[in-house]
Amino acid sequence: MKPAPFRYHRARDVEGATALLAELSDEAKVIAGGQSLVAMMNFRLARPGHLVDIAGLRELDHLGVEADGGLHIGALTTHHTVETAPADRLGAGYEVIRDAMRWIGHLPIRTRGTVGGSIAHADATAEWCLLAVLLDAELVAHSPRGRRRIPAGEFFFGYYTTALDPDEILLEVVFPRPAPHAALTEFAERRGDFAIVSAAVDLATDGEDVRGGRVALGGVAAMPVRVPEAEAVLAAGGSFRDCAEAAASAVDPPSDAGGSGDYRKHLIRDLIERACEEAMSR
Amino acid sequence: MNDTTGPGDDVQLITLDVNGTSHEVITAPRRTLVDVLRHDLRLTGTHVGCEHGICGACTVLVDGLPVRACLMFAAQAEGARITTVESLADPATGELGDLQRAFTAHHGLQCGFCTPGFLMLAQGFLAERPEATKEDIREVVAANLCRCTGYQTIVEAIDACATARRSQRATGAEEESCN
Repeated sequence: MKPAPFRYHRARDVEGATALLAELSDEAKVIAGGQSLVAMMNFRLARPGHLVDIAGLRELDHLGVEADGGLHIGALTTHHTVETAPADRLGAGYEVIRDAMRWIGHLPIRTRGTVGGSIAHADATAEWCLLAVLLDAELVAHSPRGRRRIPAGEFFFGYYTTALDPDEILLEVVFPRPAPHAALTEFAERRGDFAIVSAAVDLATDGEDVRGGRVALGGVAAMPVRVPEAEAVLAAGGSFRDCAEAAASAVDPPSDAGGSGDYRKHLIRDLIERACEEAMSR
Repeated sequence: MNDTTGPGDDVQLITLDVNGTSHEVITAPRRTLVDVLRHDLRLTGTHVGCEHGICGACTVLVDGLPVRACLMFAAQAEGARITTVESLADPATGELGDLQRAFTAHHGLQCGFCTPGFLMLAQGFLAERPEATKEDIREVVAANLCRCTGYQTIVEAIDACATARRSQRATGAEEESCN
């Protein structure tokens, strides 16, 4: 199908973009890579009256470890740029982020889709949203009222719903510290489809020993969630299998066209164990 | 108003660089890149299938990288280098390019509807990853849908083209070092 008519505005700077969004209020949508939005507009699931194109704001296309030790990724950085980032730009201990990119759609989606777009769109199975929650990322947002940093744990509210105001745009995502023993894995019926369940872990280790860790799941709720029950098993020195079992017991995943709740629990058991093993083998 | 616009549409003038030629187009912002290529520029080699980014029939290169031309408004492509399937053959003689010849030799198509998309996907991919293995190629062609071939012959065509390009480069490099 074809999208409904809209007016197209090309932002020249961040201030101009947010001022325009404030003026147009909820009639406008921000477009960057458009890999979710254009599909929704073609289906007329979305019919914004105005599009504010921020793709020209090249200052939002950057990636690198900054003085605070965190990995800063500009909102307009594409998945493909992250996927192909040289090791010295990515920084030691952030390989989990680069390696997660291969799960996002297919190459021609990753060449256009952006980090900020994925996080602002907030699909419940999106890899960036899961990484942000797992690794305590901070989302830097800008509006006419100024700049703020929003912790990932307070950013996602539910299906496609975030803490961003209608006149606010994401500038960058900051991953505050390296995660050398972390991994993300997922299952979909076909490669490149939306995940039915995705799992990610970030293990705290002492040599060969696991001292604890963080466990997060996508596709089991309206947004990515941490699973404290599974993290408690890791902190108590339990096995990866027990950790996975605890996660499957703790969540109540939905039944839908992707699979039943029980099927998702089955996937959780396998995927968390697999993610733990991958994380340890780094 | 022309066939590119409807009631309620604004129109705007955009300049697109397609296969090295600059085109000025007056069109509505809601026109996707694939529609402008086909309807306004009459470059009908790029096909359009699902219009929501699943099938890959509309794949073109934007600044050398494969993208879905149905998931991009033409206005977003202003300032970028766009390359379509029309660029693959020799413009003077019409002789097919090496990738196209490999598809012919390996029966990498039957009905041909998806073929322009596969060609541009492979063209962009091999430019960035000339050393790609058959396994890498198998993974990347999962981006596009083909309902005739079962993919085996497409993978073989792309792999054969990549292999030939590598050996050509090696020969070229050798000749260079001899001189």
